[in-house]
Amino acid sequence: MIWQFDLFILVLLVITALVALKVRDLLSAAMIFSIYSLLMCLLWAEMGAVDVAFTEAAVGAGLSTVFLIATILRTTRRTTD
Amino acid sequence: MKVFAFVLVIVTGIMLVVTAADFPAWGDAHSPPNQYLSTHYITQAEHETAVPNMVTAVLADYRGFDTMFETAVVFCAGLAIAAILGHEKKKRYVVRRKALPKTEEGDIIIRMATRFLVPVTQLFAMYVIAHGHHSPGGGFQGGVILAATFILMTLAFDLKTILGRFSEKMTLIWANVGLFIYAGIGVLCVLLGSRFLEYSALHKILPGTDEIMARSHSMLGVEIGVALTVMSMLFAIYAHLVSKGRLEDGL
Repeated sequence: MIWQFDLFILVLLVITALVALKVRDLLSAAMIFSIYSLLMCLLWAEMGAVDVAFTEAAVGAGLSTVFLIATILRTTRRTTD
Repeated sequence: MKVFAFVLVIVTGIMLVVTAADFPAWGDAHSPPNQYLSTHYITQAEHETAVPNMVTAVLADYRGFDTMFETAVVFCAGLAIAAILGHEKKKRYVVRRKALPKTEEGDIIIRMATRFLVPVTQLFAMYVIAHGHHSPGGGFQGGVILAATFILMTLAFDLKTILGRFSEKMTLIWANVGLFIYAGIGVLCVLLGSRFLEYSALHKILPGTDEIMARSHSMLGVEIGVALTVMSMLFAIYAHLVSKGRLEDGL
């Protein structure tokens, strides 16, 4: 447990979360969301919850991004709101 | 409307923060959840189940009922997406949406790399499933990795080729088999005179095991069931999403 590392990831996590909400291009939002999951995975692993980190890496950063991109490519890429 | 939503979010946030102050301190050994249950899991899990990875022991044995219905949730999600999007299959499309850029045959480098990668990745996924007792991992993660290899193949080749090998019907069958394995192990415990999902009764039919090893081995069976369901359902979800339910052309 290195608290500077924790803090660094946590700040990045908040930034990516806000950017993913704010960005207009949905494909970029999906990619930023994937980065968010990866940071979350780092945070879990660093806190010692390796099982959760593994799931987060496989599901959050991996498959859910693929699902989001597949859906975006089949619907629309621009948000309306 | 936006202002209302903003106010609602702020109020909820404040309420959550205020409530969080009443929680026991982080890592407090004297808080109620840490006093009885967690202590039992931490000190007794390995003696009772012969599984060193405590997380797997809790997920697949002590909280086996939860995990079974989590698997059922994945199954239902896949069914719902197939039911909603599969409905589109019957409609004839008059106007195609904007055509995606066609990749004629796919890149030979990507195809060859996929050929090498997929067996290794699938082997790793099976290791994750089988070794979930001793290291991080388990049925869910292994199943996701297996589904990812199928998705990788559809990206490198095309959806139709892969669906020829692992069709929509087969995904449904395997998802059913997975859930059936899980529930079947539970019912088997009942038939052997124990309670649902209480694996120690299975030592009567598993040769060469005692009550403790029976729990460890049945956890492996349960994990395999979870992996089968997750693998086939996630691949089915992807196949439906990427082709708008027509199951013809992928990305």
